[in-house]
Amino acid sequence: MKDSADLAVRVRGVRKRYGHVEALRGVDLDIAPGEIHALLGDNGAGKSTLVKVLAGAVTPDEGTVEINGVPHRFTGPRDAQAAGIETVYQDLALAPTLPPDANLFLGREPARPGLLGRLGFVDRKAMRAEAATHLRQLNSKIQDLGAEVGSMSGGQKQAVAVARAAMWGSALIMMDEPTAALGVAQTESVLELIRRIRDEKGLPVLLISHNLPDVFRVADRCTVLRLGRRVLTARMSDVTSTDLIRAMTGADTLSPTGERAAEPR
Amino acid sequence: MPRPQRLSDATILLLLIAIVAVFSIVTPAGTFLSLSNAESILLTASQLLILSCGITFLLIAGGLDLSIGSITIFSAVVVAKVMGALAGTAAQAADFHYPNLGVAITVAIVCGLLVGAGWGAVNGLLAVKLRIPPFIATLATGGIVLGLASVWTNGQNVQNVPLPFQSSFGLGKLFEVIPWSIVIAAVVTAVFWVVLSKTRFGLHTYAMGANLEAARRAGVNVRRHMVLLYVGTGALCGIVAVLDVARFSTASITSHSGDALSAIAAVVIGGTSLFGGRGRISGTVVGALIPAVLQSGFVIMDVQPFWQNVAVGVVLLVAVYVDQVKIRAQERT
Repeated sequence: MKDSADLAVRVRGVRKRYGHVEALRGVDLDIAPGEIHALLGDNGAGKSTLVKVLAGAVTPDEGTVEINGVPHRFTGPRDAQAAGIETVYQDLALAPTLPPDANLFLGREPARPGLLGRLGFVDRKAMRAEAATHLRQLNSKIQDLGAEVGSMSGGQKQAVAVARAAMWGSALIMMDEPTAALGVAQTESVLELIRRIRDEKGLPVLLISHNLPDVFRVADRCTVLRLGRRVLTARMSDVTSTDLIRAMTGADTLSPTGERAAEPR
Repeated sequence: MPRPQRLSDATILLLLIAIVAVFSIVTPAGTFLSLSNAESILLTASQLLILSCGITFLLIAGGLDLSIGSITIFSAVVVAKVMGALAGTAAQAADFHYPNLGVAITVAIVCGLLVGAGWGAVNGLLAVKLRIPPFIATLATGGIVLGLASVWTNGQNVQNVPLPFQSSFGLGKLFEVIPWSIVIAAVVTAVFWVVLSKTRFGLHTYAMGANLEAARRAGVNVRRHMVLLYVGTGALCGIVAVLDVARFSTASITSHSGDALSAIAAVVIGGTSLFGGRGRISGTVVGALIPAVLQSGFVIMDVQPFWQNVAVGVVLLVAVYVDQVKIRAQERT
C-alpha cells in the first residue's frame, strides 16, 4: 500500500453507532489522486453513512480521516467543503426556479466589489461568466444559461449539479447514485462527465452506485463494504462482477484488506 | 427558450394598460386620465403595495402571512394610543394644544414599527421553531392579534390622535406635490426590489422557496432567513399603521381586516408563485395597482365600485391557473 501522504483520501477504523445499530464497524477506505473509485455494497452496508462522514454530515465515533495526508475531523458540512470535498446527492439539491449560474454559486455568491459588495450585492455578471466557463469545461450540453434549471432534462440537471461540485471541490467529488434515474443516453453523458472531472480537473471521484455495468465502464478501482466493514478493494481490471457480488453478499469470505483480489488470477 | 416569468410580467402589465386605456376612453375627458386621479389611485394603492412587498418575499421563500391586516390594526392602535398619551394632557388636547408633539410622534412611530416587527417575529418563530404550517400559524396569530386589539380598545376606534399629525403628515405632501404615503410606498418598493433582485439575500429567498433542503445544504441559514422575512413583513405592517393613523387621524379596528387576502391576490396576480421560488417586485407593483385603478374607474363611471372585487377575483383565478400550467410544464420534463 502506498504512503498515506500519496493518497487523496485515507480513512482508517471509522466507527459510527446509531443507538444499538453499528452502521460502520471500523471501516477503511483509500482513494488515490485522480482516480474514479466506486463504493459498492448492499443496502445497509454502510455506504451512505461513510459518504456522510466524508461530507461532514455525520461525525464518526472513532477513526481517522486524512485528506491529502492531513488529518481532518469534520463537525459539519462546511468543514468538509472547506477541505475541498463536494457531494452530488441523489436528489441533486438544485433550486429548480433558478438559472444554472445561481445554482452553481448557491450559498457562495461572489460579492460586487466595494461598498455594494459589503451591502450584500451579488456580482451576477461574474457568476454567469464563470458558470459558462465551468459548464463548457465539462462539455455540458446546456445551451440557455438563463433558463430555469427546472425546465431542463434530467441529464442537464445532473450536469449542473456535477459542475457545481467540480467547481468548488479541490480534494474529492462524491456522487451518490448519479445515474439511478436516467435513461441510456443521459447515463452515457453523466459517465462522460465523471471521466471529465478526472481528466480535466484531475480530481478523484468517489462513485456510489448499484449499477455494476456502469461501475465497470467508468471506475478505476472499487471498494466493497459489507455490514459496516471493508471487505474488498481492487482494481476494476482485476475483478469480475461475480467477485463483486460475492463480496457484497458475503457468499464468499474474503480477508478485510482484500488481499485475495490482489492475487494473480 | 422563452422565460415564462418575463412573459407573465408583460401579460399583467398589458392588462393594466388595457384597463387604463378602456377607462380613459369611456370616462369624460380630464376625469379618469388626470394628475389628480393618478394621485388618488396611487394613494389608494400605496398601503396595499407596502404590505404586498413583504408578502412577495414570503411567498417566494415558501412562507405565508395571513395576519398582516391584524398586525396593522394592532400597530395602529399602539401608534394612536402612544401618540395621544404622550402629546399632552386631555385638557391640553381639548384646546388642540400639544406640548410634547415631536416626542410623541417619534416615540409612537418607533413603537408602531417595533410592535409590528415583534408580531412578525412571533409568526416567524411559530413557523420556524415550532414548525406550524404558516397558513395555520398566521391564521391563528391574526385572530389573536386582532382580538387583543379589540379587547384593548373595547372594539372602538382610537380617537385622541393629535390633529397636527394628520394635517402636516397625513395630508401633507413632499414639495407640496406628492403625498407622503406615496413617497414612502415608493421608497419601500424600491428597497425591496433592489434587495430581491440584486443581493445575496434576495437570491437565497428564491432558493429557499425553490428547494429549502438545497438552500440549507448550500449553507444558507434558512431558519434565520425565514424569521427575518416575517419580522420584515411585520415591520411593514407597522409602517402602514403609521400612514393609516396619519391619514385618518384614528386607529380603526375594522379597516384592514381584508388586507392579507388583498395583498396575496395582488402578489399572485403580479406573477409570484404560490408554490415558492418565483416572483418579482415589478409584478407586485402592477398587481397592487389593478384594484385601485378598477375602483377609481368604476366610481367615475358611476358603476358600483364593488365590481372591483369581482374583477380582481377573476384576474386572480387566471393568474393562479397560469402559474399552475407553468409548474406542470416544468414537472413534465
